[in-house]
Amino acid sequence: MSPSIIEFHNVVKSFGPQRVLDNVTISFEAGRTTVIAGGSGQGKSVTLKLILGLLAPDAGEILVNGQDITKMKLRELNRIREKFGVLFQGAALLDSMTVFENVALPLRERTKFKPPEIAQRVRKMLTQFNLEEHEAKFPAQLSGGMKKRVGLARALMLQPEIMLFDEPTTGLDPQITMEIYRLFFNSQKQFGYTSIIVSHDIPKVFNLADQVVLLNKGKMVTFASPEEIPLSTEPQIVSFAVETMGHIYSSSKMEHNI
Amino acid sequence: MISFVTKLGDSFLYFIRDQGRMGMFLLSALLGAFSRPFRFREVVRQISIIGANSFAVIFFTAIFTGMVLGLQGYYTLRKFGSEGMLGSAVALSLIRELGPVLTALMVTGRAGSAMCAEIGIMRNSEQIDALECMAVNPFRYLITPKFLATIISVPILTQFFNVIGIAGGYVAGVVLLGVNPGAFYNGIEQSVVNEDINLGIVKSFVFALLVVWICTGKGYFVHILRNAGFGAEGVSRATTQAVVLSSISVLIWDYLITAVML
Repeated sequence: MSPSIIEFHNVVKSFGPQRVLDNVTISFEAGRTTVIAGGSGQGKSVTLKLILGLLAPDAGEILVNGQDITKMKLRELNRIREKFGVLFQGAALLDSMTVFENVALPLRERTKFKPPEIAQRVRKMLTQFNLEEHEAKFPAQLSGGMKKRVGLARALMLQPEIMLFDEPTTGLDPQITMEIYRLFFNSQKQFGYTSIIVSHDIPKVFNLADQVVLLNKGKMVTFASPEEIPLSTEPQIVSFAVETMGHIYSSSKMEHNI
Repeated sequence: MISFVTKLGDSFLYFIRDQGRMGMFLLSALLGAFSRPFRFREVVRQISIIGANSFAVIFFTAIFTGMVLGLQGYYTLRKFGSEGMLGSAVALSLIRELGPVLTALMVTGRAGSAMCAEIGIMRNSEQIDALECMAVNPFRYLITPKFLATIISVPILTQFFNVIGIAGGYVAGVVLLGVNPGAFYNGIEQSVVNEDINLGIVKSFVFALLVVWICTGKGYFVHILRNAGFGAEGVSRATTQAVVLSSISVLIWDYLITAVML
């Protein structure tokens, strides 16, 4: 078992009367891929924002590399954030900047590289993601899949230890979805990052998962593999799995085709 | 009754939290001006957007305001046989009151609304979250350059407004209605003193700060703005609120500064 890189200890988060996370204790292992699954509005994206310190929990501790980020000042938190790369649901590219400028942004802001060095690194990354012909385009001129590729290229520029993916394939057609998964697979192999993926794309996304976390009514349950979910003896989990995801791998043929 | 009291308490708590948020927002934006890296090029770009691009609207507002002042002033002063005081009346009205106030209102309408919408859209499309995740301080990167640019631009635009407004008053009073040009200039020279100009400059700085603070703040907090809705509707309501609140604040502070400095 790998050491934990992120740990939640008794984390509580509410929005008004709705308790999104209810006393959650969970750990994410270094170097592995965790898929967080659950119905809409169950707090999957909130979990990512808590990990990044964009939201503060109402109670509990969130440890990143053993340091509690809930008690950190902004400067310390920014040092922790440098370890992260994030691919947002809508890619979150700065729409007044070109593709090149978006990908160069982390290097310009977080490193002391000179402009020629930045340009060389950005072009190398753009080539890797087949975006070299689009470097002068603005986000509004790109397709959904291209935006995601630019977002991923930008997130990987500083070679993060941990990558967070918020619904990376939402709104993409099956072909582009597979392309994004391939990029994910190859980039993880190259950079060796720990990844946490929040996704609705079930069961396809389970192919990438080392562990699965189910989020339901404020509680999180961890499974060592997706196949363990229907085998759970807890009726609530089985019914949740069927309700939200249907019967996973209803046949061996389906599993083979994914 | 209990429901009414609950709503009242809720509104009061929201108001207190909002004041705290906006106070911290102002502090962070101002502190950003003293932190490295200095974004000189971005400040210049924002001066071009907020300041230079507002020249046309300021020009037309100023020239017609000055002409109306010249016209109204002429017919009022003629009743007392004091047409020669027209230059003084036009210049003092513009330098002490109308110049700073109308410039601030025009900048609110033209640039303030755009700043609010731009930042609101960036908030809703997670662009600000993305900056924070890249450990880029959104205040230093986005907000502080707009603060500096507005605080630099509005006083300059105000002086431009005053000059064009006085020229408008000259056209209406001297060219169209036949007031003696020497009397017009002499009236300005005799009545306008340094205190009047200082009052106008102080006002323009305060109004600039109010406008940029409210407009960028409303955009930045669009996601937690009460009754603002989500998405495009939220940005639209935040922009409306920003423009209305900025305009009212400018008028309230105009009275307060005048009362204190006169």
